[in-house]
Amino acid sequence: METVLWNLLDLALAGLLLGLGWAAVASPDLKRGVILFIAFGLLLAITWARLRAPDLALAEAAIGAGISGALLLLALRDDPSSEAGDGIATGPVAWMTALLTLMLAGLFGWALLTALANPGPERLAGQVAAHLADSGVTNPVTAVLLNFRAYDTLLELAVLLAALLGIFALGPARPGFKEGGPVLDGLIRWLVPLLVVTGGYLLWVGAHAPGGAFQAGALLAAAAILLRLGGREGGGFPGPVLQRWVLAGGVGVFLLVGLAVTVVGLDFLEYPRAWSGVIILLIESFATLAIAATLALAYIGGRPSGWDASSTGRTTERQEQS
Amino acid sequence: MLTTQIIYGLAGVVLFALGVRGVLMHISLLGRVLSINVCGAGVFLVFVTLAYRGWELPPDPVPHALVLTGIVVAVSATALALALGRRLRVALDE
Repeated sequence: METVLWNLLDLALAGLLLGLGWAAVASPDLKRGVILFIAFGLLLAITWARLRAPDLALAEAAIGAGISGALLLLALRDDPSSEAGDGIATGPVAWMTALLTLMLAGLFGWALLTALANPGPERLAGQVAAHLADSGVTNPVTAVLLNFRAYDTLLELAVLLAALLGIFALGPARPGFKEGGPVLDGLIRWLVPLLVVTGGYLLWVGAHAPGGAFQAGALLAAAAILLRLGGREGGGFPGPVLQRWVLAGGVGVFLLVGLAVTVVGLDFLEYPRAWSGVIILLIESFATLAIAATLALAYIGGRPSGWDASSTGRTTERQEQS
Repeated sequence: MLTTQIIYGLAGVVLFALGVRGVLMHISLLGRVLSINVCGAGVFLVFVTLAYRGWELPPDPVPHALVLTGIVVAVSATALALALGRRLRVALDE
Protein backbone atom coordinates (compact mmCIF):
# COMPACT_ATOMS: atom_id res chain seq x y z
CA MET A 1 0.00 0.00 0.00
CA GLU A 2 3.00 2.29 0.35
CA THR A 3 2.85 3.43 -3.22
CA VAL A 4 3.38 6.84 -4.74
CA LEU A 5 -0.34 7.19 -5.29
CA TRP A 6 -1.05 6.66 -1.59
CA ASN A 7 1.61 9.16 -0.65
CA LEU A 8 0.02 11.71 -2.97
CA LEU A 9 -3.28 11.12 -1.17
CA ASP A 10 -1.48 11.50 2.16
CA LEU A 11 0.02 14.79 1.02
CA ALA A 12 -3.39 16.06 -0.09
CA LEU A 13 -5.06 15.04 3.19
CA ALA A 14 -2.27 16.48 5.36
CA GLY A 15 -2.27 19.66 3.27
CA LEU A 16 -6.03 20.08 3.68
CA LEU A 17 -5.73 19.47 7.44
CA LEU A 18 -3.05 22.13 7.74
CA GLY A 19 -4.98 24.56 5.57
CA LEU A 20 -8.19 24.16 7.59
CA GLY A 21 -6.30 24.27 10.90
CA TRP A 22 -4.52 27.45 9.84
CA ALA A 23 -7.71 29.07 8.59
CA ALA A 24 -9.62 28.11 11.78
CA VAL A 25 -6.93 29.56 14.07
CA ALA A 26 -5.99 32.61 12.03
CA SER A 27 -9.51 33.72 11.09
CA PRO A 28 -10.29 37.03 12.80
CA ASP A 29 -13.99 36.24 12.37
CA LEU A 30 -14.65 33.70 15.13
CA LYS A 31 -17.88 32.36 13.65
CA ARG A 32 -15.99 31.44 10.50
CA GLY A 33 -13.21 29.97 12.65
CA VAL A 34 -15.62 27.71 14.54
CA ILE A 35 -17.24 26.42 11.36
CA LEU A 36 -13.81 25.75 9.84
CA PHE A 37 -12.88 23.94 13.06
CA ILE A 38 -15.86 21.60 12.66
CA ALA A 39 -14.74 20.80 9.11
CA PHE A 40 -11.22 20.29 10.47
CA GLY A 41 -12.57 17.74 12.98
CA LEU A 42 -14.31 15.77 10.24
CA LEU A 43 -11.14 15.71 8.16
CA LEU A 44 -9.22 14.56 11.21
CA ALA A 45 -11.64 11.63 11.54
CA ILE A 46 -10.79 10.65 7.94
CA THR A 47 -7.10 10.93 8.80
CA TRP A 48 -7.56 8.53 11.75
CA ALA A 49 -9.22 6.06 9.39
CA ARG A 50 -6.27 6.41 6.99
CA LEU A 51 -3.78 5.75 9.81
CA ARG A 52 -5.64 2.54 10.78
CA ALA A 53 -7.22 3.95 13.91
CA PRO A 54 -10.96 3.35 13.34
CA ASP A 55 -11.74 3.60 17.07
CA LEU A 56 -10.41 7.14 17.00
CA ALA A 57 -12.21 7.96 13.76
CA LEU A 58 -15.55 7.06 15.38
CA ALA A 59 -14.78 9.08 18.52
CA GLU A 60 -13.44 12.07 16.59
CA ALA A 61 -16.45 12.29 14.29
CA ALA A 62 -18.83 12.27 17.26
CA ILE A 63 -16.81 14.27 19.79
CA GLY A 64 -14.11 16.30 18.06
CA ALA A 65 -16.28 17.51 15.22
CA GLY A 66 -19.75 17.10 16.74
CA ILE A 67 -19.82 17.95 20.42
CA SER A 68 -16.82 20.33 20.48
CA GLY A 69 -18.30 22.16 17.50
CA ALA A 70 -21.71 22.37 19.17
CA LEU A 71 -20.10 23.72 22.36
CA LEU A 72 -18.16 26.41 20.47
CA LEU A 73 -21.20 27.42 18.41
CA LEU A 74 -23.24 27.74 21.59
CA ALA A 75 -20.52 29.91 23.15
CA LEU A 76 -20.73 32.17 20.08
CA ARG A 77 -24.50 32.42 20.49
CA ASP A 78 -24.13 33.30 24.19
CA ASP A 79 -21.96 36.28 23.38
CA PRO A 80 -22.75 37.75 19.98
CA SER A 81 -20.17 40.49 20.56
CA SER A 82 -17.42 37.87 20.36
CA GLU A 83 -18.49 36.96 16.85
CA ALA A 84 -16.38 39.69 15.34
CA GLY A 85 -13.59 38.66 17.70
CA ASP A 86 -11.48 40.98 19.75
CA GLY A 87 -8.86 40.59 17.09
CA ILE A 88 -5.46 39.07 16.98
CA ALA A 89 -2.33 40.52 18.55
CA THR A 90 -0.04 42.51 16.24
CA GLY A 91 3.30 44.28 16.38
CA PRO A 92 6.32 43.03 18.32
CA VAL A 93 4.13 40.54 20.23
CA ALA A 94 3.30 38.81 16.97
CA TRP A 95 6.98 38.54 16.02
CA MET A 96 7.98 37.21 19.42
CA THR A 97 5.24 34.57 19.39
CA ALA A 98 6.15 33.57 15.84
CA LEU A 99 9.79 33.11 16.89
CA LEU A 100 8.86 31.14 20.01
CA THR A 101 6.46 28.93 18.08
CA LEU A 102 9.05 28.24 15.38
CA MET A 103 11.56 27.19 18.04
CA LEU A 104 9.01 24.90 19.71
CA ALA A 105 8.01 23.39 16.37
CA GLY A 106 11.69 22.82 15.46
CA LEU A 107 12.32 21.04 18.73
CA PHE A 108 9.17 18.93 18.45
CA GLY A 109 9.90 18.08 14.80
CA TRP A 110 13.46 17.08 15.63
CA ALA A 111 12.22 14.82 18.46
CA LEU A 112 9.66 13.25 16.14
CA LEU A 113 12.13 12.55 13.33
CA THR A 114 14.63 11.10 15.81
CA ALA A 115 11.93 8.82 17.21
CA LEU A 116 10.89 7.73 13.71
CA ALA A 117 14.49 7.14 12.56
CA ASN A 118 15.32 4.94 15.56
CA PRO A 119 12.33 2.66 16.10
CA GLY A 120 13.18 0.83 19.30
CA PRO A 121 12.38 -2.81 19.89
CA GLU A 122 8.65 -3.49 20.03
CA ARG A 123 7.70 -2.98 23.61
CA LEU A 124 4.11 -2.30 24.51
CA ALA A 125 2.55 -3.27 21.17
CA GLY A 126 4.17 -6.70 21.38
CA GLN A 127 3.02 -7.19 24.95
CA VAL A 128 -0.56 -6.24 24.09
CA ALA A 129 -0.56 -8.70 21.18
CA ALA A 130 0.92 -11.45 23.38
CA HIS A 131 -1.65 -11.07 26.16
CA LEU A 132 -4.71 -10.13 24.12
CA ALA A 133 -6.15 -13.62 24.53
CA ASP A 134 -6.16 -13.15 28.33
CA SER A 135 -7.95 -9.81 28.28
CA GLY A 136 -11.50 -11.05 27.68
CA VAL A 137 -11.94 -8.98 24.49
CA THR A 138 -10.35 -9.17 21.06
CA ASN A 139 -10.28 -5.47 20.15
CA PRO A 140 -6.77 -4.43 21.29
CA VAL A 141 -7.80 -0.81 21.98
CA THR A 142 -10.63 -1.93 24.29
CA ALA A 143 -8.24 -4.41 25.94
CA VAL A 144 -5.75 -1.60 26.67
CA LEU A 145 -8.46 0.82 27.86
CA LEU A 146 -10.39 -1.52 30.15
CA ASN A 147 -7.94 -4.22 31.11
CA PHE A 148 -4.22 -3.54 30.68
CA ARG A 149 -4.42 0.14 31.55
CA ALA A 150 -7.78 0.18 33.33
CA TYR A 151 -6.30 2.46 36.00
CA ASP A 152 -5.89 5.27 33.44
CA THR A 153 -9.45 4.90 32.26
CA LEU A 154 -10.78 4.89 35.82
CA LEU A 155 -8.97 8.15 36.52
CA GLU A 156 -10.13 9.59 33.22
CA LEU A 157 -13.76 8.98 34.21
CA ALA A 158 -12.95 10.79 37.46
CA VAL A 159 -11.54 13.73 35.44
CA LEU A 160 -14.78 13.88 33.42
CA LEU A 161 -16.85 13.94 36.60
CA ALA A 162 -14.60 16.64 38.11
CA ALA A 163 -14.93 18.82 34.98
CA LEU A 164 -18.72 18.49 35.10
CA LEU A 165 -18.83 19.35 38.82
CA GLY A 166 -16.74 22.41 37.97
CA ILE A 167 -19.30 23.43 35.36
CA PHE A 168 -22.16 22.87 37.84
CA ALA A 169 -20.38 25.00 40.42
CA LEU A 170 -20.39 27.97 38.02
CA GLY A 171 -24.13 28.47 38.03
CA PRO A 172 -27.50 27.24 36.80
CA ALA A 173 -28.07 25.82 33.33
CA ARG A 174 -28.76 27.90 30.26
CA PRO A 175 -32.43 28.26 29.45
CA GLY A 176 -33.67 25.76 26.88
CA PHE A 177 -34.21 26.52 23.22
CA LYS A 178 -37.43 27.39 21.48
CA GLU A 179 -39.25 24.53 19.86
CA GLY A 180 -37.79 23.74 16.47
CA GLY A 181 -39.70 23.85 13.20
CA PRO A 182 -41.35 20.78 11.66
CA VAL A 183 -38.24 19.91 9.61
CA LEU A 184 -35.93 19.81 12.65
CA ASP A 185 -38.61 17.98 14.63
CA GLY A 186 -38.94 15.34 11.92
CA LEU A 187 -35.18 14.96 11.70
CA ILE A 188 -34.97 14.48 15.47
CA ARG A 189 -37.67 11.82 15.38
CA TRP A 190 -35.57 9.90 12.86
CA LEU A 191 -32.12 10.55 14.28
CA VAL A 192 -32.54 10.08 18.02
CA PRO A 193 -33.72 6.43 17.94
CA LEU A 194 -31.03 5.72 15.33
CA LEU A 195 -28.35 7.27 17.56
CA VAL A 196 -29.51 5.30 20.59
CA VAL A 197 -29.50 2.00 18.68
CA THR A 198 -26.10 2.75 17.11
CA GLY A 199 -24.73 3.65 20.54
CA GLY A 200 -25.88 0.33 21.97
CA TYR A 201 -24.38 -1.48 18.99
CA LEU A 202 -21.02 0.27 19.37
CA LEU A 203 -20.92 -0.58 23.07
CA TRP A 204 -21.52 -4.26 22.34
CA VAL A 205 -19.29 -4.51 19.28
CA GLY A 206 -16.39 -2.73 21.04
CA ALA A 207 -15.30 -6.08 22.48
CA HIS A 208 -14.14 -7.37 19.10
CA ALA A 209 -14.29 -4.51 16.59
CA PRO A 210 -13.91 -0.70 16.59
CA GLY A 211 -16.27 0.81 19.14
CA GLY A 212 -16.62 0.91 22.91
CA ALA A 213 -17.84 2.98 25.81
CA PHE A 214 -16.46 6.34 24.64
CA GLN A 215 -17.92 6.19 21.16
CA ALA A 216 -21.25 4.86 22.44
CA GLY A 217 -21.39 7.51 25.17
CA ALA A 218 -20.64 10.26 22.66
CA LEU A 219 -23.48 9.12 20.39
CA LEU A 220 -25.98 9.03 23.29
CA ALA A 221 -24.81 12.51 24.32
CA ALA A 222 -25.34 13.69 20.74
CA ALA A 223 -28.91 12.33 20.90
CA ALA A 224 -29.56 14.26 24.13
CA ILE A 225 -28.08 17.45 22.62
CA LEU A 226 -30.27 17.06 19.53
CA LEU A 227 -33.37 16.69 21.72
CA ARG A 228 -32.43 19.86 23.56
CA LEU A 229 -31.79 21.75 20.31
CA GLY A 230 -35.28 20.75 19.23
CA GLY A 231 -36.81 22.47 22.25
CA ARG A 232 -37.18 19.53 24.61
CA GLU A 233 -35.49 21.11 27.57
CA GLY A 234 -35.14 17.91 29.57
CA GLY A 235 -33.10 16.43 26.72
CA GLY A 236 -34.50 12.98 27.44
CA PHE A 237 -32.85 12.90 30.85
CA PRO A 238 -34.19 11.07 33.89
CA GLY A 239 -35.03 12.97 37.09
CA PRO A 240 -32.32 14.74 39.10
CA VAL A 241 -31.89 11.89 41.59
CA LEU A 242 -31.34 9.29 38.89
CA GLN A 243 -29.03 11.74 37.08
CA ARG A 244 -26.75 11.79 40.12
CA TRP A 245 -26.62 7.99 40.20
CA VAL A 246 -25.89 7.75 36.48
CA LEU A 247 -23.09 10.34 36.71
CA ALA A 248 -21.48 8.66 39.71
CA GLY A 249 -22.10 5.18 38.26
CA GLY A 250 -19.29 5.33 35.70
CA VAL A 251 -16.51 5.84 38.21
CA GLY A 252 -18.43 4.08 41.01
CA VAL A 253 -19.01 0.72 39.31
CA PHE A 254 -15.45 0.74 37.96
CA LEU A 255 -14.07 1.35 41.46
CA LEU A 256 -16.39 -1.20 43.10
CA VAL A 257 -15.37 -3.90 40.61
CA GLY A 258 -11.70 -3.00 41.11
CA LEU A 259 -12.10 -3.31 44.88
CA ALA A 260 -14.33 -6.41 44.74
CA VAL A 261 -11.62 -8.47 43.01
CA THR A 262 -9.22 -7.74 45.87
CA VAL A 263 -11.57 -9.70 48.16
CA VAL A 264 -10.75 -12.93 46.30
CA GLY A 265 -7.03 -12.26 46.52
CA LEU A 266 -6.39 -10.54 43.17
CA ASP A 267 -4.73 -7.15 42.76
CA PHE A 268 -6.75 -3.94 42.39
CA LEU A 269 -8.45 -3.99 38.96
CA GLU A 270 -7.06 -7.44 38.10
CA TYR A 271 -10.01 -9.32 36.66
CA PRO A 272 -10.43 -13.09 37.07
CA ARG A 273 -9.59 -14.52 33.61
CA ALA A 274 -12.82 -16.46 33.08
CA TRP A 275 -14.98 -13.44 33.92
CA SER A 276 -13.02 -10.60 32.33
CA GLY A 277 -15.25 -10.32 29.23
CA VAL A 278 -18.39 -9.94 31.35
CA ILE A 279 -16.70 -7.57 33.79
CA ILE A 280 -15.48 -5.34 30.95
CA LEU A 281 -18.99 -5.19 29.46
CA LEU A 282 -20.45 -4.32 32.88
CA ILE A 283 -17.94 -1.52 33.47
CA GLU A 284 -18.38 -0.24 29.92
CA SER A 285 -22.18 -0.16 30.16
CA PHE A 286 -22.10 2.08 33.23
CA ALA A 287 -19.25 4.13 31.77
CA THR A 288 -21.26 4.69 28.57
CA LEU A 289 -24.22 6.10 30.51
CA ALA A 290 -21.94 8.26 32.66
CA ILE A 291 -20.01 9.62 29.66
CA ALA A 292 -23.25 10.34 27.80
CA ALA A 293 -24.75 12.15 30.78
CA THR A 294 -21.53 14.07 31.46
CA LEU A 295 -21.09 15.31 27.90
CA ALA A 296 -24.76 16.21 27.49
CA LEU A 297 -24.91 18.05 30.84
CA ALA A 298 -21.64 19.81 30.01
CA TYR A 299 -23.36 21.09 26.87
CA ILE A 300 -26.21 22.46 28.99
CA GLY A 301 -23.46 24.38 30.77
CA GLY A 302 -24.63 24.50 34.40
CA ARG A 303 -26.77 22.89 37.06
CA PRO A 304 -29.95 21.59 35.42
CA SER A 305 -33.25 22.50 37.05
CA GLY A 306 -33.96 20.32 40.05
CA TRP A 307 -30.35 20.14 41.20
CA ASP A 308 -30.48 22.93 43.73
CA ALA A 309 -30.65 21.98 47.37
CA SER A 310 -34.20 23.24 47.82
CA SER A 311 -35.67 20.91 45.20
CA THR A 312 -33.82 17.61 45.24
CA GLY A 313 -37.05 15.68 44.77
CA ARG A 314 -38.70 14.90 41.46
CA THR A 315 -39.31 18.15 39.66
CA THR A 316 -40.67 18.69 36.23
CA GLU A 317 -40.52 22.45 36.33
CA ARG A 318 -40.02 24.13 33.03
CA GLN A 319 -40.13 27.77 33.92
CA GLU A 320 -36.94 28.78 32.20
CA GLN A 321 -38.19 28.72 28.63
CA SER A 322 -36.88 31.50 26.46
CA MET B 1 10.67 5.24 8.59
CA LEU B 2 7.67 5.33 6.27
CA THR B 3 6.89 8.28 4.01
CA THR B 4 3.34 8.27 5.42
CA GLN B 5 4.72 8.68 8.92
CA ILE B 6 6.88 11.64 7.89
CA ILE B 7 3.98 13.37 6.13
CA TYR B 8 1.45 13.03 8.97
CA GLY B 9 4.03 13.42 11.72
CA LEU B 10 5.25 16.76 10.37
CA ALA B 11 1.65 17.84 9.77
CA GLY B 12 1.01 17.09 13.46
CA VAL B 13 4.01 19.19 14.49
CA VAL B 14 2.85 22.12 12.34
CA LEU B 15 -0.72 21.86 13.75
CA PHE B 16 0.71 21.90 17.27
CA ALA B 17 2.71 25.03 16.44
CA LEU B 18 -0.32 26.70 14.81
CA GLY B 19 -2.35 25.97 17.92
CA VAL B 20 0.28 27.35 20.29
CA ARG B 21 0.55 30.49 18.19
CA GLY B 22 -3.22 30.86 18.15
CA VAL B 23 -3.44 30.53 21.94
CA LEU B 24 -0.85 33.27 22.38
CA MET B 25 -2.19 35.58 19.67
CA HIS B 26 -5.95 35.49 20.15
CA ILE B 27 -7.34 38.04 22.53
CA SER B 28 -10.81 36.54 22.90
CA LEU B 29 -11.26 33.48 25.08
CA LEU B 30 -13.22 31.61 22.42
CA GLY B 31 -10.36 31.97 19.92
CA ARG B 32 -7.94 30.64 22.49
CA VAL B 33 -10.11 27.62 23.31
CA LEU B 34 -10.44 26.86 19.61
CA SER B 35 -6.67 27.19 19.14
CA ILE B 36 -5.83 24.89 22.01
CA ASN B 37 -8.10 22.27 20.46
CA VAL B 38 -6.13 22.55 17.20
CA CYS B 39 -2.92 22.28 19.23
CA GLY B 40 -4.22 19.10 20.91
CA ALA B 41 -5.21 17.65 17.53
CA GLY B 42 -1.60 18.11 16.39
CA VAL B 43 -0.30 16.19 19.41
CA PHE B 44 -2.85 13.41 18.79
CA LEU B 45 -1.75 13.22 15.16
CA VAL B 46 1.89 12.74 16.21
CA PHE B 47 0.85 9.96 18.62
CA VAL B 48 -1.22 8.12 16.03
CA THR B 49 1.58 8.52 13.46
CA LEU B 50 4.01 6.86 15.85
CA ALA B 51 1.51 4.01 16.33
CA TYR B 52 1.15 3.48 12.56
CA ARG B 53 3.36 0.71 11.21
CA GLY B 54 2.29 0.44 7.59
CA TRP B 55 -0.92 -0.82 6.05
CA GLU B 56 -0.07 -4.51 6.46
CA LEU B 57 1.01 -4.53 10.11
CA PRO B 58 -1.51 -3.91 12.92
CA PRO B 59 -0.91 -0.52 14.59
CA ASP B 60 0.22 -0.15 18.21
CA PRO B 61 -3.02 0.04 20.27
CA VAL B 62 -1.49 1.79 23.29
CA PRO B 63 -1.18 5.27 21.71
CA HIS B 64 -4.67 4.78 20.26
CA ALA B 65 -6.08 4.21 23.75
CA LEU B 66 -4.20 7.28 25.03
CA VAL B 67 -5.54 9.46 22.23
CA LEU B 68 -9.09 8.15 22.75
CA THR B 69 -9.01 9.22 26.39
CA GLY B 70 -7.32 12.44 25.28
CA ILE B 71 -10.17 13.32 22.90
CA VAL B 72 -12.77 12.86 25.65
CA VAL B 73 -10.75 14.82 28.22
CA ALA B 74 -10.19 17.61 25.65
CA VAL B 75 -13.92 18.05 25.05
CA SER B 76 -14.70 18.13 28.78
CA ALA B 77 -11.91 20.66 29.35
CA THR B 78 -13.32 22.74 26.47
CA ALA B 79 -16.76 22.67 28.06
CA LEU B 80 -15.32 23.74 31.44
CA ALA B 81 -13.29 26.56 29.85
CA LEU B 82 -16.32 27.88 27.96
CA ALA B 83 -18.47 27.70 31.12
CA LEU B 84 -15.78 29.63 33.02
CA GLY B 85 -15.72 32.21 30.24
CA ARG B 86 -19.49 32.61 30.41
CA ARG B 87 -19.35 33.09 34.18
CA LEU B 88 -16.51 35.58 33.78
CA ARG B 89 -18.51 37.63 31.30
CA VAL B 90 -21.52 37.70 33.64
CA ALA B 91 -19.22 38.81 36.48
CA LEU B 92 -17.66 41.57 34.32
CA ASP B 93 -21.07 42.81 33.21
CA GLU B 94 -22.29 43.20 36.79
